[in-house]
Amino acid sequence: MTKIRLKVNGQLRTTEAEPDTPLVFVLRNQLRLTGTKIGCTSEQCGACTVLVDGKATLSCVRTAREFAGREIVTVEGLSDGETLSSVQQAFVDEGAAQCGFCTPGIVIATTALLNNNAHPTKVDIQKALYPNLCRCGSQGRVLAAIQRLIEGR
Amino acid sequence: MTEHPSIVNHPTVDQWIQFTDEGRVIVHTGKVDIGQRISTALAIIAAEELDVDYERIDVKPAQTGTAPDEGYTASSMSMQQSGTAIRLASATARRHLLGLAGRLLDADPLELRVEDGVVHCPGHKDKISYWSLAADRPFGIPVDQAVSIKDPGTHVWIGRPVIAKGMIDIVAGKTLFVHDMTLPGMLHARPVRPPCYTAKLTDLDKATVRQLSDDGISVVRDGSFVAVASADEFAAVKAAERIAAAASWTLTSKLPTGDLYDALVSNVRLSRPVTTGGIPVDESVPPLAEPPAEATVTLKWRFEKPYLMHGAIGPSAACALYDEGRLRVYTHSQGIYPLREALAEALQIAPQMVHVVFMPGAGCYGHNGADDAAFDAALIATMIPGRPVLLKWTRDDEHAWEPYGSAMVCELRGSLNSAGRIVDWSHESYGDTFIMGRPAAGRTGSPASKLLSSKFRAVPLEKTPPQPAMGPHVGIHRNLEPLYTLSNPRLVKHLVRGLPLRTSALRTLGAFANVVAIESFMDQLADAAGISPVELRLHHLADNRARHVIQLLADRMETDLSNSPPSRGQGMAFARYKNSAAYCAVGVELEISEKASVRLLHAWIVADAGEVVDPSGLTAQLEGGFIQAASWSLYESVSYDSQGITSRDWESYPIIRFDNVPEVRTLLVDRPGEPFLGAGEAVGGPAGGAIANAIYRASGLRLSQMPFDSHRIRSTALSE
Repeated sequence: MTKIRLKVNGQLRTTEAEPDTPLVFVLRNQLRLTGTKIGCTSEQCGACTVLVDGKATLSCVRTAREFAGREIVTVEGLSDGETLSSVQQAFVDEGAAQCGFCTPGIVIATTALLNNNAHPTKVDIQKALYPNLCRCGSQGRVLAAIQRLIEGR
Repeated sequence: MTEHPSIVNHPTVDQWIQFTDEGRVIVHTGKVDIGQRISTALAIIAAEELDVDYERIDVKPAQTGTAPDEGYTASSMSMQQSGTAIRLASATARRHLLGLAGRLLDADPLELRVEDGVVHCPGHKDKISYWSLAADRPFGIPVDQAVSIKDPGTHVWIGRPVIAKGMIDIVAGKTLFVHDMTLPGMLHARPVRPPCYTAKLTDLDKATVRQLSDDGISVVRDGSFVAVASADEFAAVKAAERIAAAASWTLTSKLPTGDLYDALVSNVRLSRPVTTGGIPVDESVPPLAEPPAEATVTLKWRFEKPYLMHGAIGPSAACALYDEGRLRVYTHSQGIYPLREALAEALQIAPQMVHVVFMPGAGCYGHNGADDAAFDAALIATMIPGRPVLLKWTRDDEHAWEPYGSAMVCELRGSLNSAGRIVDWSHESYGDTFIMGRPAAGRTGSPASKLLSSKFRAVPLEKTPPQPAMGPHVGIHRNLEPLYTLSNPRLVKHLVRGLPLRTSALRTLGAFANVVAIESFMDQLADAAGISPVELRLHHLADNRARHVIQLLADRMETDLSNSPPSRGQGMAFARYKNSAAYCAVGVELEISEKASVRLLHAWIVADAGEVVDPSGLTAQLEGGFIQAASWSLYESVSYDSQGITSRDWESYPIIRFDNVPEVRTLLVDRPGEPFLGAGEAVGGPAGGAIANAIYRASGLRLSQMPFDSHRIRSTALSE
C-alpha cells in the first residue's frame, strides 16, 4: 500500500492503495465516488471519463498516482449538490439517458467539450464524444442536449 | 371481458397501490426498470387515475416477496401487463377513497373533485386528503377489472412530457447501480473463466493459491468453477489474473468452425410449419410447390444475420449474502421470481429461503449475463458464508460468456401476377433458440441448468437440447408471419442443432432478421412489379393503422427530402411487432463513403403504440431502438474460432459510435382510449430493413449478409 494524494472535486484527499491501482478504482472504492463507471478497463468505452485539468480523461488504465497534483473533477463534482450544472440540466431536459450507466462519462465529455469550445461544429462534437459508447441508443438525445446548450449561449 | 393475468395473480389493490404517511404513493410492479422508463410510464398512469401529482408517486423497485410476480420484463409486454393492472388498481382505489370521503363530507362521491390527492366538495369548504383516509392502512378490497377509468378527454398526466423517474440522479452520478453497492464486510469477487465453453480445469497451481491466501485473498473452487474474493477490489482483479495464469484447462471438444450459414441450413433440425396468428404446429412441413400458374415473376432471396451480443456497457454484476441458510441476492436480472427458483434449484435451498432484490444495471436488452452473474455471486457466497460478495464480470467475461442472439438464415420466395400483386409466398427461418435459454420453468430443461456456471461445477448440470417454442410469435418465428395480406403463405421455422454458440433472448428475438428479410424482399418485389415500395406495401395491407403509419412516413420523407442530392439513398420498411404490439414504419437516408462504409444521415420513425402515456419515454425507446438496430446492421458480428470466442472487447466487436448517428425525427400517432401497445422492440426490424433498402437505392447493391460494413459492400460489389 502506498499513500496517494489527489485533488478531487476541489478537495485534497489522501488515501492508500497499491501503487498500480488505476484511478477509477481509487475514485470508486477509496473515495466512494461511484458516479464514475467501469465498463472495459481498456480505454475503449468512455464510462470512466473524468475531467483532469479540464480535459476529458479516461481513468480505467492509468494509475491514480499519475494524477497527483492534477485537478480531477468527477460527475459528482459538476454540481454543488443542489442545482445541476447546465450540461446536466440539458441532459435532463432532453431526456438524454436511458439506463444511465454510460451517462456520467458522456456528461463529463460534453462538459469538457463545451468548456474548451463555445461553438463546436458537428465534427468537433463527434470527435469529442467518439470515445464514449452508449448501448441504449441515447446518442440522438445527447446531441439534442448539446445543441440546446450551444443555442443557449 | 378477458381476465387480466397480472390482476388474477395479484387481485387486491394493496398489492399494487399504497399510501404512506409522508404524503406519497408507492406503486408496486413486478416489472423492472432497465432504462426503458417503465417506472415513469407506470407513475403517470397511477397519477392520472388517482388524481395525484406525478412527483408524489414512487415506483418501488421489484423484490421477491413484496412485488407482484409478473414473470420477465420482456417482449414489450410491461405496459399491457403492469400498466393495465396499475390503471385498474388506481381507479379502484380512487373510487373507494371517494366513497369514504363522500361519507365523511356528507356528499355524493360523484360530485367530488380531487386535486393532487385532496378531495374537495364543490360549494363546500371542507376537504379531505387521501392520506388521512388511507395512509399506511390497507385498502382490503379487490381490484375491480370493470371499474370505469378516466375519459381520455380529461387526462391531465397521460400524454404529458415529464422528467423521467431517476433522471436527475442519473445525470448527477447518484444512481446506485448494483456495481456501486457497498455493505459492511463486503468482499469483491471476480470469476476466473475457462478459455471456452467445453473447457475443464485440470490443474490449479497450489503455490499460487497459497500465496494469494497468505495475502488475504480467497480462492474458491467448485469443479471447473473458480473465483477469487478480496476486501480490496483491485486486489481481486489482479488475483483473478494470477489464477488465470495458474490454471490449466483441457478442451473436451472444439467449436465447429465450418461456414455458419451452411450449418444453419444443413445441420439436423426440428422444423415446424407456422400457421395464421404466428402459431407453429406439430405437423410436417409442406413441400415448396411450383409457383402458381398466374405467377409472372418469381423471386428468391436469402438473408443471413450473424450472432449478436447484448453488449451492455457495464459488465454483469451481482451481490450475494449467504447467512444461516438464507440467501439474499441483489441483481439486475429481468426476472426476479424466475431467478429465485433457478437459484434455489441450483443451490438446493428452499425458494422461500432465497430473497432476490432488483438493482439497476447497465441496459441489458434481453437475457444477458445478469442471471449468470447472480448465480456466480450466490455460489461464491455459499462458500464464504456471512460475508456479502459483490461479484463483477470483466469486459472480456461479458463479451465471451453472455448468451448471444442467435445467428439466422431467412429464405424467401415470392411471386407476382401480371397486376403486380403477390400471389405466392414462402419464408423459412433457421436459427438457434431465443427463449429456451432463460433460467425459468416451462422451458426445455431445468432452470438451474441454464445458469452458466452450472455446467462447470464438480457435479455439472448439462443443458437439455431445446425444443421449438410453440407460442404465437416467439423465438425464431417472431414476425415470421408478415402483417401483409397474402393468401396461404408458407411459413416454416427451423430450430437448428449443433450450432457453435450459447444463445438466448436478445431484443426482438427472431423478429429482427425476419422483418429485415421480409422488408428487403418487399422492395425487390416492388421493383419487379414496377411500383414504389410504399405502393406495394399498401396494396397488401388491410389494417388501417398500419396503412396510416406508412402513409405518414411517406409524406414526411417526401417533404423533408425535396432537395436531397442524388448520391444519397433512401429506404423505408414497416412492421407491427408480433403483429399485435406497436406499428412502426421507418425511413432512412444514407450515403456510401469513398471507403465503402455507410454514413447514416437522416432517419424517420412513425409509430402507433396505442394510447401514448409518456411521449418522451416512448420517443427515447424508439430512437434508442433505431440506433441499436443500426449498430447491429452496420457493425456487429460475434467472431470465434475452434478454441472459443475471439470478439472479446469493443475493438474486436465494434458497435456504433457518435460519428455515425443520424438526425432522427420521430412521429407518434396517439390513440387516446385505445389499449397500450408495447413499443420497446417495435423499431428494430423496420430500422434494419430501411437501412438495407436505402443501401440498395444508394448503390444498387442488395446486401444479403449483416453486418453491412465496408468489407461486405466491397465483396458484394465485386461479385455482381
